[in-house]
Amino acid sequence: MNIDSLLVMRQEISLLAIILLLLVAEIFMAKNKKHSIVHLAIFLFGVHTLVGFLPLTENSLFGGMFRTNGLIHFFKNVLNIGVLILLLQSADWLQEKIVSQNKGTEFFVLLFSSLLGMYFMISSGDFLMFYLGLELSTLPVAALAAYETANRKSSEAGIKLILSSALASGVSLFGISMLYATSGSIYFADVIELITATQLTSLGAILFFAGLAFKISLVPFHFWTADVYQGAPISIASYLSVISKGAAVFILMILLFTVLKPLIHVWENMIYVVAVATMFIGNLFALRQQNMKRFLAFSSIAQAGFILLGLIAGTQLGMATVVYFVLIYVFSNLAAFGVVQAISLQTGKEHIKDYEGLYRTNPNLSLVMMLALFSLAGIPPVAGFFGKFFLFTAAASEGYYFLVFLAVVNVTISLYYYLLVVRAMFLRKSDTPIPFFKNKIYMRIGLIITVIGILILGLYSPLYDHIYELSGNFNR
Amino acid sequence: MNLGYILLIPLIPLVVFLLLGIFNQRIKPAISGYIGVFGLLVSTILSCYAAYQYFFVHGKVNGVYQTFVEKTVWMNFSDTLHIDMGIFIDPISVMMLVVVSTVSLMVHIYSRGYMKGDDGYTKFFAFLSLFSFSMYGLVLATNLFQIYIFWELVGVSSYLLIGYYYTKESAVAAAKKAFIVTRFADLGFLIGILIMGYYTGTYDFETLNDPEGNAILNWASTSFMGLSVLTWGLILIFIGGAGKSAMFPLHIWLPDAMEGPTPVSALIHAATMVVAGVFLVARLFPMYYFIEDGFALNIVAFVGAFSALFAAIIAITQTDIKRVLAFSTMSQLGYMMLALGVSGYDGHEGLGYMASMFHLFTHAMFKALLFLGAGSVIHAVHSNYLKDMGGLRKYMPITNITFLIAALAISGVPPFAGFFSKDEILVAVYEHNKLLYFVGVFVAGLTAFYMFRIYFGIFWGKETKYEHKPHESPISMTFPLLFLALMSILGGFIPFSDFVTADKAGFEAHLNYPLAAVAVVVGLIGIVLAWVFYKKESDLADRLANFFGPLYQWTSDKFYFDAIYLFITKKILFKRVAAPIAWFDRNIVDGTMNLIGNSTVKTSEKIKGMQSGKVQDYAFAFMAGVVILAIVFVYLWAE
Repeated sequence: MNIDSLLVMRQEISLLAIILLLLVAEIFMAKNKKHSIVHLAIFLFGVHTLVGFLPLTENSLFGGMFRTNGLIHFFKNVLNIGVLILLLQSADWLQEKIVSQNKGTEFFVLLFSSLLGMYFMISSGDFLMFYLGLELSTLPVAALAAYETANRKSSEAGIKLILSSALASGVSLFGISMLYATSGSIYFADVIELITATQLTSLGAILFFAGLAFKISLVPFHFWTADVYQGAPISIASYLSVISKGAAVFILMILLFTVLKPLIHVWENMIYVVAVATMFIGNLFALRQQNMKRFLAFSSIAQAGFILLGLIAGTQLGMATVVYFVLIYVFSNLAAFGVVQAISLQTGKEHIKDYEGLYRTNPNLSLVMMLALFSLAGIPPVAGFFGKFFLFTAAASEGYYFLVFLAVVNVTISLYYYLLVVRAMFLRKSDTPIPFFKNKIYMRIGLIITVIGILILGLYSPLYDHIYELSGNFNR
Repeated sequence: MNLGYILLIPLIPLVVFLLLGIFNQRIKPAISGYIGVFGLLVSTILSCYAAYQYFFVHGKVNGVYQTFVEKTVWMNFSDTLHIDMGIFIDPISVMMLVVVSTVSLMVHIYSRGYMKGDDGYTKFFAFLSLFSFSMYGLVLATNLFQIYIFWELVGVSSYLLIGYYYTKESAVAAAKKAFIVTRFADLGFLIGILIMGYYTGTYDFETLNDPEGNAILNWASTSFMGLSVLTWGLILIFIGGAGKSAMFPLHIWLPDAMEGPTPVSALIHAATMVVAGVFLVARLFPMYYFIEDGFALNIVAFVGAFSALFAAIIAITQTDIKRVLAFSTMSQLGYMMLALGVSGYDGHEGLGYMASMFHLFTHAMFKALLFLGAGSVIHAVHSNYLKDMGGLRKYMPITNITFLIAALAISGVPPFAGFFSKDEILVAVYEHNKLLYFVGVFVAGLTAFYMFRIYFGIFWGKETKYEHKPHESPISMTFPLLFLALMSILGGFIPFSDFVTADKAGFEAHLNYPLAAVAVVVGLIGIVLAWVFYKKESDLADRLANFFGPLYQWTSDKFYFDAIYLFITKKILFKRVAAPIAWFDRNIVDGTMNLIGNSTVKTSEKIKGMQSGKVQDYAFAFMAGVVILAIVFVYLWAE
């Protein structure tokens, strides 16, 4: 193995190095200074993120088990940015936990391990690497969901997540074994050549799909979402809804568009049905949520339904629009979770009702929240509109007009509940509004980055062109 | 033609918005008012300069007004389709610049008086500027995509302004209703845009509208359910326009939107935003006209005519003066749509198009004046209801006179502006379809009737006992009234057909005297009826009664006359016609929309049991989902 192959894996190696560094650093830290590990972690990860932007050429390792190209690299950067924002938003909360509950560096170690799993998952060139990555990305999160050991709901969230995800990956593995049984290979490159649409492969593909659908929380594999989001710490809910979902969407897309391409007639119908079910169920449940975390959980389910519109297109256009949408979604959803995090940290309040009159006391936070919700609802000119519009165009270009129509109906429904929150903040008065507070510096930076993203991403067009070009990597 | 400065017209209000929005708390209210007015003043001057340059200096080449487009490719969507951003200068966009600027400036000035002392004063001006920016952007858009972005921005700022009195529950509900209903309509717009993009390969207005272009020549190439896909696209786009322009049955948000501050109603819900739908149809007019022999255009005509009639009838029964004006707006917008719908393209054939734009222009002036006048009255008596008003002419002379001028203008009495534009519309309709013409004339009569009903009700009639003596509004409020009154008098004399026509070549328009006479007579009958019914208990009535002595004696007994009136109006007009229609509007049309909303919420309520909280149930659902998908897609739906 020469130095070049190390460079191919440099994102993974650098992240692993950070994990080890943090583990060692904790040993040498005085007990009462432990909270400063947060600064170290954010600094290291910030550097890691910046370095990640250095270009990387297309390559593969280990006989094709691990591969990387422009789009995969780009997507790892998207995940990095998301995690960095998330760290910034949770910094204050973490410091408090470390001080008050005598926690150590486990949050970072687990979180980065999970991210490492995602790297491997989206870089995988065969089903074995894929499966290892999938498990590595899920298991630490279950532990993180139960991070607040003193809180029963948090433990419950952890248990629910681990049980459900064990089931899901079992089913997925079963599906993979069927694909293996018919093709005799676990390498993607071989499977593409050998696979044909038979009943066995179709069943295999469906089972395999179910496992990833669980991570993306598509209906009917979504039930864990609301309970886990509500119980888990906000940072983890945010991680699950943004980073974890994004990575799963990405790998699902790659596999559907390349490996499972011969089965397109099976999965395009399936995606159609699941997309419709997901959009409607997600939206209908979101309508009546009172808790912000549950509300965002169902909103993120509905958003996943929209993403499927890009997947169903199965073209380079579809791929580009999905990546673009996920990128925008990362910023929008993190902004929303960030505000919830900030308010929960200061006041412990998490209900929509508590947000009444927020504009009067905390105008800046309400504006961030409004932008985030408008972006999620897809109102121009904020970024979310472009993401949705492009997804719809991708589906329409393949002739799925009725699906697009249903999606637009759902956009209208979703507008209703997003406006409920906007209304609570701007147009209502409360006798006991959340008092004014000032956010600490990390939180502020975290929120500002998301706002810039929401405002700029949609209008900065070279970005989309770039993604579209990169999407050609998989579509030769 | 140098277009650089035109870019400033939308940008200045944007800067003002950012300034006022960011330094909200730090700017003194008095100063923020000046900033807002000043910004708009600059934009207005630039708009007028642009209009002068375009219409009189550079615009016309070989007798035809040119289209100037300045744009950059903003996003390459796929290999063939790209989206541009830029500004689009042609007769209707320049005309709209002038309309938006003038009305917006007047409303800014007016608001300085009207909103004085309100604790959200700066926020209000920030929102007004945001709205002006969005509206300019909409007017100047070069393609469907760009217009859609500003279209939604206009919707957002309208939402914020309607809900401005956020302590009022009804205002908040109205804001949401307006936003959701128009978004519902935009659903059609969006799908229409997608269809256009995919079947014509462009979003660009210039390419789409080219009569020799691909879109118009090859409309028949793909059809869907018996109509060209492009016709479907146009119908869907019209649904979007109908939502913003409050066409039946998507009008239900407009009357409720009157919960907003009155200057907002004048700006957004009378003069500018609500004409966006009309503007959209006009913008795509060549497509509407040429594709499938104007099938979509016929729909526009009939929807317009029906809305005009429907709204005018409802307006008679309303007691809230702002609601009367709201229905009146809907009715006049129906006129504009009707005129577009019956228009041809070349030369004099395009009379309807020109008339529609003409009416858009004059209507913006006199309807804004009516709203601002109503605002002045509401400011004085602190009520929206007719029953709390009466005899105000003594206290508010300027408001009285200006309101009268606007009422005469909308009733089509010469020489006020509405007379000219309405006459052109009726001529265009007459040449196209006699039935629609009669509808148009009848609506003209109704318009005059309901407008003078409230005029007499407010300024004449029985003197109400006021707790505080009403007084004339301050100069910041009366100046816009006077200015707009001037425009309502002079606006009609603009030779519109030289400037704004469908084929951009201009033609000679003449008054059609017989038809004009019919319209005027019908209008006067409406006014006279209103006078007889509503100008009771005033000294003028007695003097006139003496003057007409025998004639009045002959109709003699007031009681007898009242009985006929009661019979005709209360028994027939109200109970049998207007009240059922108002009921239909409130219960069936509104109800249907509410039903859709409520049933969504109810469904949501019903299925909540699915989320039980038990992991076992979730696992069961998971496996059931897998099994169902497997059965369906492996066995049943497999190909």
